[in-house]
Amino acid sequence: MTLAARALDFGFRGHRVGSGVELELPAGEIVCLLGPNGSGKTTLMRTMLGLIAPLAGDVTLDGRSLAAWPGRERAARLAYVPQAAQSYFDFSVLEMVQMGRTAHRGVFGAPGERDRAVAMASLERLRIAALADRPIHRVSGGECQLALIARALATEAGHLVMDEPTANLDFGNQALILDEVARLRSAGTAVLFSTHHPDHALRIADRVVMLRGGKVLASGHAIETINPENLSALYGRPIDVTEIISPDGVRRRTCVAREVPQIH
Amino acid sequence: MILPRTRFPAGIAIALVLLLVLVAWSFTVGRFAVATGDVIRVLWASLFGEESGLARNVDAIVLQVRAPRVAAALCVGAALAAAGAAYQNLFRNPLVSPDILGVSAGCALGAGLAVLASLPIEAIQAFAFVGGLIAVGLVVAIGTWIGGRDPILTLVLTGVVVGSLFGAGIALVKYVADPYNQLPAITFWLLGSFTGALPRDLPATLLPIALSVAALWLLRWRIDVLALSEDEAVSLGIDAKRLRIAIIVAATLSTASAVSLAGTIGWIGLLVPHAARMLTGAAFARLLPLSIVLGAGFMLAVDTACRTMFATEIPPGVVTAFVGTPVFIVLLAVAFRRSQ
Repeated sequence: MTLAARALDFGFRGHRVGSGVELELPAGEIVCLLGPNGSGKTTLMRTMLGLIAPLAGDVTLDGRSLAAWPGRERAARLAYVPQAAQSYFDFSVLEMVQMGRTAHRGVFGAPGERDRAVAMASLERLRIAALADRPIHRVSGGECQLALIARALATEAGHLVMDEPTANLDFGNQALILDEVARLRSAGTAVLFSTHHPDHALRIADRVVMLRGGKVLASGHAIETINPENLSALYGRPIDVTEIISPDGVRRRTCVAREVPQIH
Repeated sequence: MILPRTRFPAGIAIALVLLLVLVAWSFTVGRFAVATGDVIRVLWASLFGEESGLARNVDAIVLQVRAPRVAAALCVGAALAAAGAAYQNLFRNPLVSPDILGVSAGCALGAGLAVLASLPIEAIQAFAFVGGLIAVGLVVAIGTWIGGRDPILTLVLTGVVVGSLFGAGIALVKYVADPYNQLPAITFWLLGSFTGALPRDLPATLLPIALSVAALWLLRWRIDVLALSEDEAVSLGIDAKRLRIAIIVAATLSTASAVSLAGTIGWIGLLVPHAARMLTGAAFARLLPLSIVLGAGFMLAVDTACRTMFATEIPPGVVTAFVGTPVFIVLLAVAFRRSQ
């Protein structure tokens, strides 16, 4: 069970956004996609989800090209978690999560007992079962993001692709989402997520892929790859990686952008 | 959500009872008042092929004057509200309606052309239907051709443009129409009316409305998923393109049938689903039945008011606009302030 991009050129409507991308997401791993604004992270993720066709190269799921998978079979194996930033119509949290069961039913199929049970179990896994009957636009940004992750879990897909799941969230909710994503891995789920915070990658990712100008600048083991040289090259500013020791004695790495003196 | 999943059956039952009361009341009022008991006796008798034992003119008024009109108002309201609910979920936009896709304008232009050519009533209906399909086909084709990052917005704007193009066509038809015979007929069509609802026209309109509502009902769970973003719908395993076309065809058929029966009556397709969504949320399994009941009731109330308020009848399109505009402004204010 692996989602992989091979010699991938991606973009839309003939406009090339990136090229030559190699990316692998094996079962039970968390891979983080880092890159500055406009580096092509979102377009790459949409290509990895099969939402836009590759311009060259291929994206494969279990060794089979994404385009060759029937829509419903693909949806039961590869799930998408969007940002919680958009406004949804007035669905309840449970109704929203039940939509994750769509691929498991026929075109006219109504949600059955099993669909309801899986949706509830997904909510419980993310510890938001109490919100089941709440309208989705009446929950906090963090809770909405958890609901969207629960919907992806309800698809029973082994691979989750998350587009900046911590964007637009406050500091506490960012930590909450990261912890929940890390918990998914221990259950065998593979996650590919993008973020603007290298600290998030240090916290939960096994491997990172750094994207700049549509090309892979560096990729590999998270702790090794997130170093001052790579980060400075990636974001075009001097960045340090330092180690801190929290009061409970745990060593952690964190990234700090160096202050560049203003030239007058 | 005032009517969540658990309270919905009771809510829809209450709405149905209120609708029945409204229907009974509509039968009794008018130029010639008929007692409620007499209405029930006449309807009961005709249902079982018996004699009501009442005066001939009471029989005639209930069965031949009011029954087709009540039935037509109920069906048109239900059809427009169902179409509006489908369009709104489809385009993830609570502010669209059958008018947005240019369907109503297309139907009106088709009807106007048929009147201009002095064609019989059946041809006017067929032209209205074809006009509506051409309008929505144009909107979808142009919207797809333009593309862009926000296909939903593109489609809605295209609908406005195509609608105004058909509006210009209607203006031209009115300009060249014979001011004594044809112009009143066209104006009559544009404002909508139930006076022309004949018992023999009803089955031909009811069947397509019933078919399209049945299709929307069968697809209700998929329509929910389509109300998410395009990327989410596709990644959840939906064939979004084909499903969207199926829903557009069903909703357009429903709208065109309503227009061919009673002309273009605005606001119902926008207002009623919006109110229904506020009551019960966006889940189509609840939204569709509630929109149908509310739409049928609203249309019947408006038409009954139209034929009883003044000495002469006033067009229902005028009343829906007078009622719809202020109510919609309030709905808009509530929705927007809540989302902030």
